Amino acid sequence: MTQAQGAVLVDKASSGPGGQWFLAVAAVLFTIGMVGLLLRRNVIVMFMCVELMLNAVNLTFVTFARMLNDIGGQVVVFFIMVVAAAEVVVGLGIIVSIFRGRKIGTTADNAVLLKG
Amino acid sequence: MVDWIVFLAGTLIALSGAIGVVTLPNPVHAALSLVLTLFGVAVLFVAQAAHFLAVVQVIVYAGAVVVLFLFVIMLLGVDRDEANIGAESLRAQKPAAAVIGVASIGLLVALSQVNFTTGAPSTAGAADGPGTNVEKIADSVFTRYVYAFEITSVLLVIAVVGAVLLARKPKPLTDEMTA
Amino acid sequence: MLSLVWLIPALPIFGATVLLLFGKRIGEPLAGWFGTAMVAGSFLISVGVFADLASKSAEERAYTKVLWSWLPSLGVDVALLANPLSMTMVLFVTGIASLIHVFAIGYMHGDPRFSRFFTYLNLFVFSMLMLIMGDNFVLMFLGWEGVGTCSYLLISFWFERPSAATAGKKAFVVNRVGDFGLMIAMFLIFNQTGSLQYHAVFRSIEENGIASSTATAICLLLFLGACGKSAQLPLYVWLPDAMEGPTPVSALIHAATMVTAGVYLMVRVHPLLELAPGVMTTIAWVGALTALFAATIATAQDDIKRVLAYSTISQLGYMFLAVGVGGNVAAIFHMVTHAFFKALMFLAAGSVIHGMHGVVVDEQNMKWMGNIKKWMPITTGTFLMGWLAISGFPPFSGFWSKDEVLLDAYKENKALWIIGLVTALLTAYYMTRQIVLVFFGKERFAADSHADARGHAHTPHESPVLMLLPLGVLAVLAVVGGAINQPFGGKNLAMKLEHWLDESFIPGTEIHAFVGSHGSVASGTKLTLAVIATLCGLAGIALGASQWLKRTTPESQAQLELPLLKRAYGVDALYSKIFEVPGRKFSEFLAFVVDRRGIDGVVNGMATLVRGGGNQLRKLQNGYVRSYALSIAGGLVALLVWAIVRTGF
Repeated sequence: MTQAQGAVLVDKASSGPGGQWFLAVAAVLFTIGMVGLLLRRNVIVMFMCVELMLNAVNLTFVTFARMLNDIGGQVVVFFIMVVAAAEVVVGLGIIVSIFRGRKIGTTADNAVLLKG
Repeated sequence: MVDWIVFLAGTLIALSGAIGVVTLPNPVHAALSLVLTLFGVAVLFVAQAAHFLAVVQVIVYAGAVVVLFLFVIMLLGVDRDEANIGAESLRAQKPAAAVIGVASIGLLVALSQVNFTTGAPSTAGAADGPGTNVEKIADSVFTRYVYAFEITSVLLVIAVVGAVLLARKPKPLTDEMTA
Repeated sequence: MLSLVWLIPALPIFGATVLLLFGKRIGEPLAGWFGTAMVAGSFLISVGVFADLASKSAEERAYTKVLWSWLPSLGVDVALLANPLSMTMVLFVTGIASLIHVFAIGYMHGDPRFSRFFTYLNLFVFSMLMLIMGDNFVLMFLGWEGVGTCSYLLISFWFERPSAATAGKKAFVVNRVGDFGLMIAMFLIFNQTGSLQYHAVFRSIEENGIASSTATAICLLLFLGACGKSAQLPLYVWLPDAMEGPTPVSALIHAATMVTAGVYLMVRVHPLLELAPGVMTTIAWVGALTALFAATIATAQDDIKRVLAYSTISQLGYMFLAVGVGGNVAAIFHMVTHAFFKALMFLAAGSVIHGMHGVVVDEQNMKWMGNIKKWMPITTGTFLMGWLAISGFPPFSGFWSKDEVLLDAYKENKALWIIGLVTALLTAYYMTRQIVLVFFGKERFAADSHADARGHAHTPHESPVLMLLPLGVLAVLAVVGGAINQPFGGKNLAMKLEHWLDESFIPGTEIHAFVGSHGSVASGTKLTLAVIATLCGLAGIALGASQWLKRTTPESQAQLELPLLKRAYGVDALYSKIFEVPGRKFSEFLAFVVDRRGIDGVVNGMATLVRGGGNQLRKLQNGYVRSYALSIAGGLVALLVWAIVRTGF
């Protein structure tokens, strides 16, 4: 077991939870986010559920980075965070432009102009 | 032992926050639950020696994104309860969501038990070993993935410009335009 | 000169093309002269070719000029055959066509579609020449169809008149029935002999023989085609209606050339015909009966052109009678003389019509004419020449040719000879009736008060020189045309049609092109028969003159004009009942039931199906973001299932 300067000791040989446990947590988090997206009607809350799913994905990547001993997993998370931030900016801008000025209580179910 | 406690704590926080996001009727409450989740996930990051990411998670996500959410909630006035909204207009949604939820948890957990390692050496560098986590990430980002890095910075600028344009109020018609 | 034989059809088709493209610009009357020049050029070259051919010995009188290879699988090339039969016909076709072209320049003066007329005329001459000169059945058929098409175009030339358009259609459709027979016959010939070229076919038949049933079938079908084109029973109904076309058309196509194509075909395939004696008898009887039938109808017609039309049918019957009894020479001889005097009479009738224009309302109705000889003496003179020729008055041409036909009929079957005699009598009778009504007697056109209002001349006028010139030439030919085949002089007379046609044969076989007529009779009998025929003719003339000079009132005239004959035995009405009504019902069935409900139903049904499907699929797009998210989630679950299955968990 090597000890790097200032690094937190992570003992792989010790009996901490293995990667599968973290993956399970990520799976549950992801599913909760997905179900929330399907069931909630408030647009902001739906967006927050999307953020939940993204976080679950991030957790998965980090877990795999540890399991496969590859820093690339964490680099991906880095980029995901950047892009997610940009996405939130633009998404909220869209939401603002659609829902601005509508009466209180407008939900995602009211935006049905694309009905074919 | 400590690892297990840390793991359980992080899990609890994250999952309770998630359930809060999904179930709380008031959107502001939901936003605060989200913060809880993000914090839990950050703990889990730390437990896996992804220190840099944990910090970035707290600063960017919990600090900026959620604040942004709260701004928009306040701007649009969607902070009232959803209880007044009315019955579900899509009848198949709840049962389908339940089925899908159960199915995907089961499948994902099952998939996670599968051993995916091939034994091939890492592409971007080792995660453990000498050096801090930040150094390793920096090494990767600025040498191997530098193009992606530059492009994402451009992406951020574009996103900002786009958001400004999108959220602009349309100009009211003056008398000259309707003449 | 023989090698230039290709120019004979080439000139008219060149003329037709030029007139088609530039006719309007060339304008009247230059377009007419150009067309005439082309056909006249053909005539001059054919004279040269004829002379060349005549200078050869009898064995070599079959010259084939291959223009290019065409359908090797059928054994045919585009090749022209110059042999005595074809050159005889080419000569009189191009000659008479040139004269009629000249006549038409005067007759069609002022017509807005003047150049188009000459385009069609030139095209017709080309088709007819291809029909005659082609050395195989396929080229002949090309010409056959070509003349049918031009006949249609020319009959309905004044298509603004619905009757003219209908007449053109009728001609085309009735001809089609015959063409069907011709086509099947060609298929059978090819099946039997493996080729469609005349010489190859005849050679094959001589070497390999042919089942008599096949020969009968082929000849019967060919005769069906000939009936259609040459207006014999029962396919003659188009010819009287074809008089709707301008008179030059009637003269050229329906007197001298196209209608002779059937006779030509039968004579061309006579080696085959002789192997089917049953068909020859049929042809003879059909010809004889048609001749009689048409002659009876002609006695009661009022329209000057209709009389001549039924007369044509009747004379064609004579030609087929001759073919049927083996008298090919007589048939061709009568064809040539008939071309002369019938074209003459048609053109003269055209001249009368032209002169009566504006004097009466219906310038073709003989009942309104009378004493035309005073106003149009030259026309009268030429018409009388034709009248004497057709009545068999010696020594005009018709006398010699009709006598040949009757002689051949007598040798074969006395009953046919009797029918021929009776028809000759009727022919003389109705032709005399016609000239009495038109040229003699009292003038009746002044009584037509309708013409006054139009401010036209009240009396007929003679036609211009351009129209009279061809009349004169044809009149001369009608008088002296009999010289080409005099029955006396034996082999010493060099210019004898019989020898000319007889001594040509098909190379490589023992078949002579013309076998001549069966048997022979003593010259004393010939003289007796000739006298009997002449007496019949004179009796007819006497009957016609005596009756019709004195009957001047409509009541007295009606006594001799049976309503049955006026209606032409009601054949047209009968055909209409049998063919037209069921045909129309069938067409309506096809149009409204099969097409509108069936086929359109299928097509519209496809559209309805697609639209319905689309409507159902549309329900997926309900506008709710959440249901779209549900679809994505469902897809995710499916992917996960697939992944589990793949990893074999």
